[in-house]
Amino acid sequence: MAVKSIFISGVGGQGTILAGKVITTALVNLGYDVKMSEVHGMAQRGGSVITQIRYGDKVYSPLIEKGRADVLLAFEKLEAARYVEYLSPEGTLIVNNIEMPPASVLVGKEEYPADIVECLKEEIRNVIVVDAVGVASECGEIRSQNMVLVGVLARVMDWPKDAFVEVIRDVVPAKYIDVNISAFERGWDIGVL
Amino acid sequence: MKKAFLTGNEAIARGAYEYGVSFASAYPGTPSTEILENIAKYSEIYAEWAPNEKVALEAAAGASMAGARAIVSMKHVGLNVAADPLFTLAYTGVNGGLVIVTADDPGMHSSQNEQDNRNFAPFAKIPMLEPADSQEAKDLIGEALKISEMFDAPVLLRTTTRVSHSRSVVQLGERKPLEMKPYSKNSEKFAMIPGFARRRRLALKDRLAALADYSEQFPYNRIEWGKNIDIGIITSGISYQYVKEVFGDDVSVLKLTMTFPLPKKLIASFAEKVKEIYVVEELDPYLENQIRAMGFKVKGKEILPEIGELSPEILREKLKGEKLSATFKPQTQLPSRPPVLCPGCPHRGVFYVLKKMKAVVTSDIGCYSLGVLPPLESIDSILCMGASISMGHGFKKACEANGKDTAVITVIGDSTFLHSGITSLMDAVYNRSNTINIIVDNSITAMTGHQHHPGTGYNAKEEPAPAVSLEAICKALGVENVVVVDSYDLKAVENAVKDAMKHKNGPSVIIARRACALLKGKGPKGLYAVNEEKCRKCKICLRLGCPAIQVKGDGVFINPLSCVGCAVCVQVCPFDAIEKAGDE
Repeated sequence: MAVKSIFISGVGGQGTILAGKVITTALVNLGYDVKMSEVHGMAQRGGSVITQIRYGDKVYSPLIEKGRADVLLAFEKLEAARYVEYLSPEGTLIVNNIEMPPASVLVGKEEYPADIVECLKEEIRNVIVVDAVGVASECGEIRSQNMVLVGVLARVMDWPKDAFVEVIRDVVPAKYIDVNISAFERGWDIGVL
Repeated sequence: MKKAFLTGNEAIARGAYEYGVSFASAYPGTPSTEILENIAKYSEIYAEWAPNEKVALEAAAGASMAGARAIVSMKHVGLNVAADPLFTLAYTGVNGGLVIVTADDPGMHSSQNEQDNRNFAPFAKIPMLEPADSQEAKDLIGEALKISEMFDAPVLLRTTTRVSHSRSVVQLGERKPLEMKPYSKNSEKFAMIPGFARRRRLALKDRLAALADYSEQFPYNRIEWGKNIDIGIITSGISYQYVKEVFGDDVSVLKLTMTFPLPKKLIASFAEKVKEIYVVEELDPYLENQIRAMGFKVKGKEILPEIGELSPEILREKLKGEKLSATFKPQTQLPSRPPVLCPGCPHRGVFYVLKKMKAVVTSDIGCYSLGVLPPLESIDSILCMGASISMGHGFKKACEANGKDTAVITVIGDSTFLHSGITSLMDAVYNRSNTINIIVDNSITAMTGHQHHPGTGYNAKEEPAPAVSLEAICKALGVENVVVVDSYDLKAVENAVKDAMKHKNGPSVIIARRACALLKGKGPKGLYAVNEEKCRKCKICLRLGCPAIQVKGDGVFINPLSCVGCAVCVQVCPFDAIEKAGDE
């Protein structure tokens, strides 16, 4: 299989690293060659963070080239706009419909761009907007927003659902398993273009 | 065989386990930290956090001398700290195999510079290996230990961020039980007085010649002939992956893994068969210069950047002349999102106070480096681990020598103080420096992800350990004015600084103490909100740069999801408009 690339962007502390872990563990279990690149250290302190995942028969580079990501999975709207150049022209944007204003906006020095999603929709054919926070709180744990987004991604990529449920069982602490599985399944239901 | 999906760092730790390492030491530093964190999980390996990289390497040298296989890991700048033992270890050699891992950070994701530590190998005259993925990272630990014992030399294993922090599939093996090698006293080998060292210097020359022969046969140095043998690319480390990504098997590739000493005959045999040679490497023209010196015409840094990371798209553009395929353009003028001090961070209030002081503030390496950014903007300088106290001392002395009265305040973290601030403070005491030195003590090595240090009361295996007392150290060094304040208590911090400004004839130390707000069970509790009836919309609270406080309409709002209840904002509000709104 030709290599596919998933570019995940978000804000430090949003759970992008755990999302990456669930996705890649499932892909490895499915028998693919997989590479993932993360950024640790200073950027994790509330900065813009990215995780890059590539899988297929044989993967060399852990980094995704601009214009070549099959999916851009953005955990936050501004972080969707920031990395949109990585998305391939035929690719799908999955964007979590929340605003996390960066410091410059919080103190009123810069404006959080209005209508980010509308602008992206004008340019990109395949866009799925997800209210992951809303869905996650309906599931009973707001922090499971990352599993909602993983569910949407899994459906978009046509990955087998069971493989993910199994991994969530393995990776997530016991008392959060059910919440995370239902979050994933709710995401799966949403992940249709 | 079992397989796992590991980062390069986890794979190095696994390699240490499988290949019989029994001693490991490190000081945390991105992108190297997880090596020791993961080694510490193996009960078969003794693992410790050392106060700094020099101590870590010396301890590992002792373990090796005793006959054990040992590993020491650090970030690139850490090897500068450990350079003193490194250069002489090349002379003494080893008993048990000794591997020194340097994790470089091209692009400075989380570093103050991007030095290319491959240069250390020829400089210190020690062999070097460079893995290109996690499988190699694990395997090369075995090779490095073997080489170390075969050639009586410490071995440098050099990774970069994209090797250390990328995950790929690794085949796991079992740990091979290993007897410790016998130790017998041999001072001519291990005690480097000039007479003995001169002989070891000659032995080192022979050893390097033997290693150069070995490099020719080393199976991880390999030629991959492609469909096209006109173009040959010589590469190593992560750059190999980018070359294969962009060219596949269209061109011929010489993948170098032992990059010191270089396999000159192998390089020559490759160079003679191809028409054009490109050297693809990140940062310095390290391979390029050596291959040029061998008399081959190569293209390298005249085409490829020597600053920052390489990437497949850079190779595509520079080597293939391909322009970027059509992509979506980012909207113009997006607000940037730099890292910030967390909500509840105990450093915030200290910098808020310092901003009001008319003083030069020299600072140091850690989360608190972020105090340089707006709106706090309280830091004048950041250089290297420990430099805050010594630079502040020098600044103050220079001003005094030239008749200028400038207040100088230094800011250093607890882990950084123990790493290399103590000798700086000793200098300040000994030479009667009138500096004010603030140790921002959040009781953990925070920036790298909460590693213990000699002051936390726990060791690398999370077992209780003796806790070194910062105030006892400062007093023992001879600092007369040592005060401890709560970092969350702005008045106390401010008063301590003002009192210290009156103190003459020696340095003062203010230990501003509060656990990192992210430490489980140690962070503050509670929730605060703006009482809109009392709020006069002066926005002074925004000067704290707390991510929980934001503009809303013409006033401010405290985001209940972000607020952790440190109550520092309560103290800066002139109208008592920020009030307790909950206990959790």
